[in-house]
Amino acid sequence: MQDFAESFSLAFSLVWSFDAHLMEIVWLSVRVSITAVIIALIIGFPLGAALGMTRFPGRQVIIVLVNALMGLPPVVVGLLVYIMLSNAGPFGWLRLLYSPTAMIIAQTVLITPIVTALTREIVEQLHQEYDEFFKSLCISPGQVLATLLWDARYNLITVALAGFGRAIAEVGAVIIVGGNINHLTRVMTTAIALETSKGDLALALALGIILMGLALAVNALVMGFRSTARSTAFG
Amino acid sequence: MLPLIVENLRFTGQHGPIIKGVNFSLNDAGVTVVMGPNGAGKSVLLRLLHGLLKVNSGQILWNGTGLNEALRKRQSLLFQRPVLLRRSVLANLRFVLKQRHISADDETCLNLLSRVQLDHVAYRSARHLSGGEQQRLALARSLALKPEVLLMDEPAASLDPVSTKMIETIVRDQRANNTKVIFVTHDVSQAHRVADDVLFLHHGEVLEHTSASTFFEQPQSTQARQYLSGEIVV
Amino acid sequence: MFNSSMPNLSKYSVLSMLALLSVLVHPVRAAETIILQSTTSTANSGLYDHLLPIFKSATGISVNVVAVGTGQAIKNASNGDGDVLLVHAKAAEEEFVAAGFGVERYDVMYNDFVVVGPPEDPARIIGLDNVIEAFSQIANSFSVFVSRGDNSGTHKKEMELWSAAKVDVAAASGTWYRESGSGMGSTLNVAIGMEAYVLTDRATWISFKNKSNFRVVLEGDARLYNQYGVILVNPERHDHVNATAGKAFIEWLLSKGGQEAISAYTLNKKQLFFPNAR
Repeated sequence: MQDFAESFSLAFSLVWSFDAHLMEIVWLSVRVSITAVIIALIIGFPLGAALGMTRFPGRQVIIVLVNALMGLPPVVVGLLVYIMLSNAGPFGWLRLLYSPTAMIIAQTVLITPIVTALTREIVEQLHQEYDEFFKSLCISPGQVLATLLWDARYNLITVALAGFGRAIAEVGAVIIVGGNINHLTRVMTTAIALETSKGDLALALALGIILMGLALAVNALVMGFRSTARSTAFG
Repeated sequence: MLPLIVENLRFTGQHGPIIKGVNFSLNDAGVTVVMGPNGAGKSVLLRLLHGLLKVNSGQILWNGTGLNEALRKRQSLLFQRPVLLRRSVLANLRFVLKQRHISADDETCLNLLSRVQLDHVAYRSARHLSGGEQQRLALARSLALKPEVLLMDEPAASLDPVSTKMIETIVRDQRANNTKVIFVTHDVSQAHRVADDVLFLHHGEVLEHTSASTFFEQPQSTQARQYLSGEIVV
Repeated sequence: MFNSSMPNLSKYSVLSMLALLSVLVHPVRAAETIILQSTTSTANSGLYDHLLPIFKSATGISVNVVAVGTGQAIKNASNGDGDVLLVHAKAAEEEFVAAGFGVERYDVMYNDFVVVGPPEDPARIIGLDNVIEAFSQIANSFSVFVSRGDNSGTHKKEMELWSAAKVDVAAASGTWYRESGSGMGSTLNVAIGMEAYVLTDRATWISFKNKSNFRVVLEGDARLYNQYGVILVNPERHDHVNATAGKAFIEWLLSKGGQEAISAYTLNKKQLFFPNAR
């Protein structure tokens, strides 16, 4: 109980004092996760929509695969990306290991299946509803895809948030490929892991509280934007 | 694109044959009403004529040609349950115009909407309209494409009287403009009001195809007589 | 990717998203930087926070520390993922050099390991000065002991001690002998949660904040000596190794200035590391 009270006041004073080191870590967390989400959306939206609107042999297999990949353990992703980016690995020459870019790659690998699978689900339902209308109009598959994504936009915002939530809360992958280097690749989750291992549970929990506040703020912001966009979309 | 000739048309669905070797031809303009009890195959026939379903055997010839994309684009099908995009009323209209590369300014669009009395809700979400308003919007969308053949699949089923009347008025206007209308309904009094000729479908077969007056006054088949008198035909 | 029926606004938002993206992925890298693959104790105790700013102001070189267990640090360095290795497992370090992964190994500093345990001291080792005897008593009384179990420097030292005490811990694993498979700090957290004995380096213990009522129950045995070594990753093996800057860091650590900086670092008025470069 003492830890909780201490952590809350610590979290509050850290945020209140605008602690420069904390702000650096928070900004890197946000930067890495948002970039990973954007890349995952650019890949996952069209891919998921294409899966949702087409029928071809082997489609079910791909869907099962993508759904299963949603449960990818972050450590495994971290390990795979480490092996790829390590100087002993095939992409070592890119010199990306222990950089924010490596963390973005790992998180992108982690959340692209989530975005793809959820988009497929949403778009498939919408496509069932729109299919005959589209066929009747004789519109091209590219137009169908764009229309489905645009009409599903409010549900797809939730998909983006799910991806962001997974990315910002994830530690296993970024600690391996980022290395938790102070001032370079230390993010909220790896800082929490570090403080826990130093036995500074109060500070670790305070950082956890700030991380939750951050996730809450991003969600509130996006949902607020979504509802204003929704009510003015037709204006 | 007329005449339409249908020869020995067959279609089998998941649970067995639905259209069982149908022959008929539709000539000039006017409103052809396709009637028949539930399960007769009316909606399926309409989808076959529009190319949404592929025939198993037989032919559909529009002015001597099988269905192709260019022909299909000269038709428009109005579904029983309107499919509206999650956009504003106006954006729904603009969407189909854009797909056909038809440029239209706001005034033209609003004029179209006023034909179905929806101009006052042009900027509202289409999905928030009542059932009748949604069907009227779908109709306005069809009309925007200036189709030569308008296919309507029970467009007024379970709609409010105002919307039903508006749709019937527009059907008559379209006929006056030389648009061919193929209208599926099992509402006998509605058929009375709009039909020039009637195609009576029963269990996937055409039992009668005559002028409306003949059909309603002297139906030839027992099934049609029973149908018109309100006895349920199984 | 969207059709133009979407409002103009969204075209701008796509553009601004792309602009944002390019800002976000812009890599931030200092001109002269090396990566130090390090054991956790030196990082978690705050030693690098003390040393590295001094080194940077002297040379302009930034040192990025990847703090992992000694075993993983050596593995990462073998893959070429680092320029300098600073760990504490002499035999493994010499093997690393012998295999051609490192250039040469230098002693930098030392401290010592201590055995930490609950104040109740179920194995009755408080007062002993022989760590082998203490380990035997822990095993004989089936008192819970938490091991790193992660092939780290501390783990290697612990295995040496068990084998000197002729205790087969592999057979006891899961009973009184428990392997946490994680870093020193996490292992201390586990040991405190389980009221168990644990072997730790002194620097980590002094800087550890979640001590509860645990205390050092044994210290001072010569066998608990803990030597740290530093090695330049072999640039002939991995040609991107920043040998110049890496060498500069090692030379500085071994120099009078570097050694004095190590001595000067204290926590709770205690010196944590004792320089012994030759």
